This record gives sequence, C-alpha cells and structure tokens, in this order.
Amino acid sequence: MNARVGYIAANTFREAVRDRVLYNLIAFAVLLSGAAIFVGQISIEIEKLVVINLGLTAVSLFGVVIAIFIGIGLVSKEIEKRTLYTVLSRPVRRWEFIVGKFFGLSGTLVVNTFCMAVGVFAALLYVSHKFMPADALILVALYFIVLQFLIICALALLFSSFSSPLLAAVFSFSLFVIGSFAEDLRGFAGMAHGITRWLATAAAYLVPNFSAFNVISSVAHEHAVAGQLVLHNTLYALLYAAAALSGAVLIFEHRDLK
Amino acid sequence: MAAIEILGLEKTYMVGFWRKRPKRALHPLQLKVEEGEIFGFLGPNGAGKTTTLKLLMGLVFPTSGSARILGREWTDPDIKAQIGFLPEQPYFYDYLTAHELLNYYGQLSGVPAKNRKQRIEEVLQLVGLTDVKGVQLRKFSKGMMQRAGIAQAILHDPKVVFLDEPMSGLDPMGRREVRDLMEQLKREGKTVFFSTHILSDAEALCDRVAIIYKGELRGVGAVADLTSSVQGRIEIVWQGTQVPASIKALGAECHVTADTVRAVISETRQDAAIDALRRERLRLISLTPVRTSLEEYFVEKMRKADSTAGGAS
Amino acid sequence: MKARHRTTIVASICLAVFFITSVLTLRSVDRLRPQATLEDVLYISSPKILKRASLGYDGLLADIYWTRAVQYFGGRHAGGMSSFDLLAPLLEITTNLDPHLVVAYEFGGNFLAPPSPNGAGQPDRAISLLEYGIRNNPNEWRLYYNLGFVYYMDLKDYAHAADAFERGSQVPNAHPFLKVLAAQMAQHAGEFQTARMLWATTYQTTQDRQIRQNAAEHLRDLKLDEDVTNLQAAVTRFGEKTGRLPTSIYELARVEGLPGVPIDPSGKPYKMDERGRILVQQPDDFPLATKGLPPGYRPPVKFHDSE
Repeated sequence: MNARVGYIAANTFREAVRDRVLYNLIAFAVLLSGAAIFVGQISIEIEKLVVINLGLTAVSLFGVVIAIFIGIGLVSKEIEKRTLYTVLSRPVRRWEFIVGKFFGLSGTLVVNTFCMAVGVFAALLYVSHKFMPADALILVALYFIVLQFLIICALALLFSSFSSPLLAAVFSFSLFVIGSFAEDLRGFAGMAHGITRWLATAAAYLVPNFSAFNVISSVAHEHAVAGQLVLHNTLYALLYAAAALSGAVLIFEHRDLK
Repeated sequence: MAAIEILGLEKTYMVGFWRKRPKRALHPLQLKVEEGEIFGFLGPNGAGKTTTLKLLMGLVFPTSGSARILGREWTDPDIKAQIGFLPEQPYFYDYLTAHELLNYYGQLSGVPAKNRKQRIEEVLQLVGLTDVKGVQLRKFSKGMMQRAGIAQAILHDPKVVFLDEPMSGLDPMGRREVRDLMEQLKREGKTVFFSTHILSDAEALCDRVAIIYKGELRGVGAVADLTSSVQGRIEIVWQGTQVPASIKALGAECHVTADTVRAVISETRQDAAIDALRRERLRLISLTPVRTSLEEYFVEKMRKADSTAGGAS
Repeated sequence: MKARHRTTIVASICLAVFFITSVLTLRSVDRLRPQATLEDVLYISSPKILKRASLGYDGLLADIYWTRAVQYFGGRHAGGMSSFDLLAPLLEITTNLDPHLVVAYEFGGNFLAPPSPNGAGQPDRAISLLEYGIRNNPNEWRLYYNLGFVYYMDLKDYAHAADAFERGSQVPNAHPFLKVLAAQMAQHAGEFQTARMLWATTYQTTQDRQIRQNAAEHLRDLKLDEDVTNLQAAVTRFGEKTGRLPTSIYELARVEGLPGVPIDPSGKPYKMDERGRILVQQPDDFPLATKGLPPGYRPPVKFHDSE
C-alpha cells in the first residue's frame, strides 16, 4: 500500500505487544482448560458443545474488549502525550496515520485470535480425542469473529479521532451491544409507522450489524454455514470498516491538534 | 531564498463548551527567516510561540494566511522531509528504546535503510546519548528525553530545524551542549528556528530575534539593533560604607548595608564606575547585570502592549 | 492546502460509497437469512439456560424476545402464512426471562390457541403458558380471563372455563364481567351473547394493538354470524307459514317488517340464493365468519407458505 502505513502499523503492533496486551491469552488458556476439564467430568455428551460455545464466545469477548480498549486510545493517547507531533511533522499524511493505526490494531487482534484458536482446537482435541470434518466449521466462526473485530477497530478509531477515550469507549461498546441486536432493531423498524419507522430504519442501517456474524451456536450444533453468507459477510465487514475508517480520516484531517 | 516565510498566519480558537466564543491565539504574523540563520522566537509563556510552531508544522490549521518553507507551500507533505521539529517538553513512545524510536522516525522520514543505523549512532553521539542501547525511554530522565528529542529532530539531516523551548529541562551543562549543537548546525549551513522565554539563550546564540507577546509580533531584528535604543543595568557591590561623589555623579541608586554598598547604574557607565572605585581604592566584590539590554527592551515592549490594551478596554 | 482538500474529497466519497454499498450488502445478507433472529430459538434447549446466559440483563432480553414474538406472528400472519411453530417457544422464553410480562401471556392466549390460520392451533401450549403466568401473577385477572376464554372458545370445555372465570372473579379489582361469564358457562346459555361479551371484554381491556384488532374482527364477524342465523330463521318461519321460499330477500324483509334489506357489517346488503340460503356479497371480507358463506367456500391463501 504505502511504506509509511506499514511502519505505523508495525509500531502500533509493537506497542500493543510491549504493553503486555497478549497476556490476556493466559487468562483465556486458564478459562478454557478449566472448562474442558470440569465439563468433561460432568457430562460426556455436551462437553464438546460447551468447549466450542465457551471457547468461541471467549475469543469474541476478549477480542472486543481489546479492540475497544486499545482502539479508543490509538489517536487520543498520541495527542495527549504529544507523540503525534513528531510523527505528523514528518512526511506522513494524516490518513496514513489513521490507516496505519487500523492495520496495526487489526494485526494485533488477528495474532491474538490465532493464538486463541489454537487453544480452542487443543481443548477440542482434549475432550474428543480426534478432529472431525465438521470441526472445520469452527474456522468459519473464527473468521466471522475476526471480521467483527475489523468493524469494531474501525469504529473505536472513529470515536477516538474526535472524543475522549472514556466517551469513545462508551460509544464503541454501546454500538457493539446495539449491533448485536441490529436485526431486532430492523424488525422493530418494520413494525413502526411514520417518522418512527423512518428513523428506526435509518438507525438500524447506520449501526453495525453483528447478528449475521454470530454463528457460534449454529457451528456448535454442526450446522453448515452457507458459502454465500461467508462471501456477503466478508464484503459487509470490509465495506463497513472502510466507511468508518473514511469517517475517521475525514474528522482527523480537519482536527486541530491543540 | 528565505528559509521560512510566514505570510500573515493567523489563528483564532473557539473556546468554551456550550457557547463558543473566539479567542485569538495569534494575530496575523509576518516573518521572514533567512537560510543559515539561527533565529530566536522570544516571548513569555502563552505568548503564541507554540501556536506559531504548530501552525508551521501543520498540526493546527490557520484561520487565515499561509507560509512558505524553503520556497515551497508549507503544507506540501514533501517539504516535511526537509524539516526537523522538536516539540515543547517532548515525550516519546516510552516502550521503545532510543534506537528503536529513531529507527521508526527514520523510516517515516524516508531515511534509506542502509545508512539509517549509522546515522542513528551519529546523532546519538552528537546529542550525548551514549550507553542507552536496550534502555526503554520510560527509564529516561527529563534531560535525556530532551536530547532524544533533539536527536529525532536532526536525524534525517533536515535543512530547517524548528525547536520549541530546546533548553527547558536541562541543567547548565546540558544548556551549554545544546547551544554548541545549535551553533554546529549553523556551521553545517542549516537554518535553526527556536523559541524560548529565556533571553540570555537568545542573546548568546541568535543572529536575529522576533519578540511575540499576547499573540502579536512586537519587534524583529538583530539583537544589537533592537537593543541599541535601550540600556541594561549593572549592579556593583563593593566593600565599605560610603558612596564616593564620583559614583553618585553617575546616577547610581545606592543602598548601604553593614559593610557593603550596592549600587545600580546604567550598563554604559560601567567602566566609569569601575574607574571611580579604583581611584578611591575601594574593593570591588561583584559586578552583575540586573537586566540585559534585550530584557530591558522586552520589558519595555510588554509594558507598552499592556498599557495600550489597558487603555482600550 | 491542495493535498488536504484532495484527502477530504476522497474520504467523503469513500465514506458515502462504502456506507451505501455496506447497506446494500446487508440487505442481501438479510435475504440469505430470512429468520435470522429466530435462529437461537432453535438452538436454545431451555429458556432457563438463556436466563442464566443473560448475565442479569434478563429484563432487556425479555423485551427483545417479546418484540421477536410479536414480529414473528404479525409478519407471518400479514403474509398469509398459516403455521406459527415458533410462537410458543418465543413466548415461553419471553415469559421465563420476565415472568411478569402480562401482555405476553395475553398474546399467547389469543394467538396460540385458535386453529390455523388465525393462530398456532396449540391450545394446550396456551393453557400451560397461562397457568404459568397465573402462578407468577396470581393477582392479574386478565390471565384467568384469557384462560377461561381458551377453554370456552377453542376447547369448548365449559367446566374448566367456568372454573377459570370464577377464580378470576375473586381477584381484587377483577372486571365484573368475570362473575357473569362464570355463571353463563354453567348454563351454556346464549352462545352468541357469551362470545360477544368475551370478545368485547378483550377489546375493551387489552393494551395490545394486535390483540385489539383481532377482537374487533371477531366482533364484526360474530355480528355477521348472528345476522345470518336470525335471517335464516326468518326464512324457515316464512316457509312454515307459506309453504314456499321467499322470492327474494326483499320479500323476506317486508314480511318480517324490517325497514329495508338488512346489511352486513361491511355495509353491503345480504343476499339470498335460489335455495333460500342467506349469503354475504364478499365472503373474503370476513375471514373469521362461519355463516353466510357460499357452500364449499375456502378463504383465499395470500401467498405460499415457505415452510
């Protein structure tokens, strides 16, 4: 793309690693191995189900928390500590900074998710002693989770580009929750009348729609995921993240760094 | 070609949360800095020095006006490879070591990979940061941070260097070293634009200075030119309890204490006063400037500005 | 300045294009998963697990499930579909999450019990839902009322209906009609009158728009059934008196001393066929009517049920 974007992304990744973000993996490992051992003793029938459900839910929640808590500080912390001054006084365009930050954080999350995925499969092997073809569906669920992270990273960055870290966290987290129920919101919009219907529809399409990304329980029950859905979800996540990122660039491009 | 040409840059911030009202941080500023100069940008804290530098760096956007650096539009991203910037009280990614920090900045400034390593060693040597390999910046003292800041500003061998309060946070030794460094930059043909509120630094270093107060330019020129109209004052202390008439005749204000006399006179009469003391065989204890002429000029300008502002309101 | 303007323009265009295309993609995602919000109902074996998984935010989750139930039924009903298999689990999850959401029980009583296409045809699920509601809200007379209603209307179980109305009438602030209804159950008297009273009570006391509209339709079609029954009786009386059928509905009206030809609830006059049957002009207007319809008439299916 552009070498400077790469350098900024690499530095963002290095910051996350040096700030010991990846330590969350330890908590994850403890949680998952504990669950695998305990559930195995209670019921043989559902242990695989529980490992998949719990594992994937934890991957998703840990990632969302990391995405929000790093994402909200990406821009505001650099302004507050004035580290941004020495970056932007170089031949770095502001959009390069935003895009670089996005890739850095996304990269951090991809690595983090990869490590967690290895953990999930290890726990699965522990409880069922062998892999089945249907276990490949877990990869689809993990892929959807990563797509979800891309959207959240872009949103956190968007909020970080104009508000304080605390407000940005509140906004991002609210959007994550609302986005998880976005389909209900659209259903509600369909039932409303007049101006309410109009507003609710607009809101329902404005917030990110995460419901289509959540295939955890369906995968745990070994239901296949349609190839069309994989394609469309990929497209949606990329487009929405790109839109949020464009918004962040637009705001940041005009911001005075007081 | 001028190194820096500021053409009426002006900045008005909107302040307040609910009802925003304008606050003028910088009145339209006209300034020209020649290539190879050390230019001092003087003013008390809050005068608009940092605002000016941020405008030039493209960190804040002007309400109106423009600037040219090395003959090119100041927002041209390519021009930024030619300039170095040290912000006020710099702070850097504290999870990095000095080498990593400079490597990152070198990448961003487009320093070629093959001589980056060597260049980093060079500048670290230059700013006196040796033996910092493997030390994260969070372990750095304030003075070391300032040196690292200067190192990053000159890393990519820029033609114009902007330094915001480069001497702050340094001990007397450090100040000396920074002065030497700035002089070396000048010898290398670089233009140095630095802001300070400490006048002695400016007096010792600058070819020319500009004085800014309350967002407005109050004077610009060579130090000698500016100070020709005003005189500094000297405090002379000698042993004894009496004031010779010859010294009184120089217009001194004298204070007699237990066994010393303290007299304040204009700096132009310094030699005459010393001669007088010698004639009277009095023992001179000390001779210190109370106010240098630049300070005197400065104080006068500020007083003038405040009285016109007071008269207006 | 120029570079900055360019970035602004490019970013604005990107924002607009990416956002619009994301909305379009989302719409096609929606088409791929028509029943998306209802998927979890298929996977969650017990509402109790869901309650635990809601981490204490069960009130909010209950509201979400409640809107899902309403959407599910309303959407399918309006679309002319006649099976409502997920209505019962949706309502069960809703009321497990929030056992005090009275409107959910009321909804279940009104739409779970009636046979397809007006309901899910599961009176037993309706009754267990209402009994669960009564256990959790013993002072809500409307739950007893709905229970009695299901017993009376859908199961024709007058003894249980009378019992439910009787229990309900003892609740403080109960609607006075409950006592009357309990008495009428015992007598089995005046079917139209009882039904009318039941639907009218539902109409007057419910807060739910969908339930109220349903009650209004029932009242209207009930009026039709009653009219047709009365007119048919007049035809029979006419036959007994004269030994023939009336030549037209006008003759019938004149002989009966009516001011004109009686009109149906939609404002159109009733008609009579050559065999003396009283009919409505537009049977499609009265989906709930049981009388006045041409022999062999079936209500139209609006479009095909996907399931």
